[in-house]
Amino acid sequence: MVRPAHRRPGQSRKAQYSLFAAYVIAITGALAGLLLAILSVADPVGFAALRVASQEITAPIARGTRSVIGSISGVDDTVSAYVGAGSQNRRLRKELAEARRRLVATSALEEENRQLKSLLGLQQTDRSALAHGYLLTSTSTSSRRIALLSLGRNRGVSAGQPVRGADGLIGRVLTAGPSVSQVLLLTDVENVVPVRRARDGLPALATGRGNGDLDVRTLNIANNPFKPGDILVTSGTGGLYPPNIPVAIVVRRQDDGALARPLADPAKVDAVAVLRPYTPDNIEAQAVPAQSSTAAGEP
Amino acid sequence: MNRHGQRIGEPASRWRMQIVPIATVMIASALPLMLPLVASSPVLPPLGLLFFLSWQLLRTEMWPVWIGLPLGLWDDLFSGAPIGTAIALWTAASIAIAYLSQRIYWRGFLHDWAIGALLVAAVQALAVLITFPHAPAGHMLGLVLPQIIISVLLMPLFLRLTGKFDNFRLKRR
Repeated sequence: MVRPAHRRPGQSRKAQYSLFAAYVIAITGALAGLLLAILSVADPVGFAALRVASQEITAPIARGTRSVIGSISGVDDTVSAYVGAGSQNRRLRKELAEARRRLVATSALEEENRQLKSLLGLQQTDRSALAHGYLLTSTSTSSRRIALLSLGRNRGVSAGQPVRGADGLIGRVLTAGPSVSQVLLLTDVENVVPVRRARDGLPALATGRGNGDLDVRTLNIANNPFKPGDILVTSGTGGLYPPNIPVAIVVRRQDDGALARPLADPAKVDAVAVLRPYTPDNIEAQAVPAQSSTAAGEP
Repeated sequence: MNRHGQRIGEPASRWRMQIVPIATVMIASALPLMLPLVASSPVLPPLGLLFFLSWQLLRTEMWPVWIGLPLGLWDDLFSGAPIGTAIALWTAASIAIAYLSQRIYWRGFLHDWAIGALLVAAVQALAVLITFPHAPAGHMLGLVLPQIIISVLLMPLFLRLTGKFDNFRLKRR
């Protein structure tokens, strides 16, 4: 049993006034908070700096727990390794000797390869990735799907840049802080990605459902053309996401489109790449130096 | 503390009595962003809100009713919901607890659980409706329903944990 509260102020005028003032502050503040929420829904960028600043505080801890839990999840492998240690040791020694011999041969090949590549100017092919990092953590208690990326303005990350993993699109940068940035994941309800079907280029829009799946709707309102197993890639329409990044695979047909599952799972992806936004300036900037360097024939 | 220094059996310091509840709520609000968990749906219960409600159910007159304003702002900074959502909803929850604690004079465990469950459900449901005002409401409520169920089932655990923290808060020397 909880002891009853003594909210009744009794005869004291001072106590009565202070209780009244507390209620006035609470109700005024709650209304102001509601107004603030409506404002920040209408203008999400306005308060983003405040939020990313507060997440700078927790980012070092998130980095720490990520490294610790990464090592904890390897415990089962470590235990099973003890069982076959003796025979494994003999086999590994043999393999090591073999590998050493190969390494010498390979390093020579590698050097040759590097020289040939520099001749061809192929090193600059991967121009689109600005920086590589990993997803630290995410807002796992709220309905927004926002993840924290381990890179910030210190690596040239800024708002609006697409983020992809090895398997496909992850999302886009919402706000960049000094050393971390927020990524709006593909599955957020407010993230709309223009896609096309990889097979025939049928244009569609993929919208997050907030629970890990995507809604896909075609732009033309003819019959529902999707079949389970269709692969969707970015179309480049609208100019944010570069074309031909894998996005999702259709799981099920629905009344007005299809239900799709993202190809890249942000929970399992190890490293992500931040790309340049697909705007006319960047497309030209990427195309011109690549051509000039191959034309000149120098690294 | 007196002029002879600390004595056995003295009440806990005022500083500790005030800082412990606020610190537990603030740490619980920020904790999800310290875990290496990239979730694809709202999987974790709202830890900050659960502690906030538990403290108020346990010690109704400990905080003034406007305590939801600063603590809600702190939660908004980390939760990902639009800033102001928790400020408004947490304060409304405080007022509701203050009102109910006058209506239901002697509250038992089941009362506390029921009030906490009701308020968690209301706060989470309203928060998702404020966050996505243009999305279909039915789908959005379905999105937070699993989280609400988990939170309601965890409410007794959080009440008990809060009790433990309360013992620490008031522990005599």
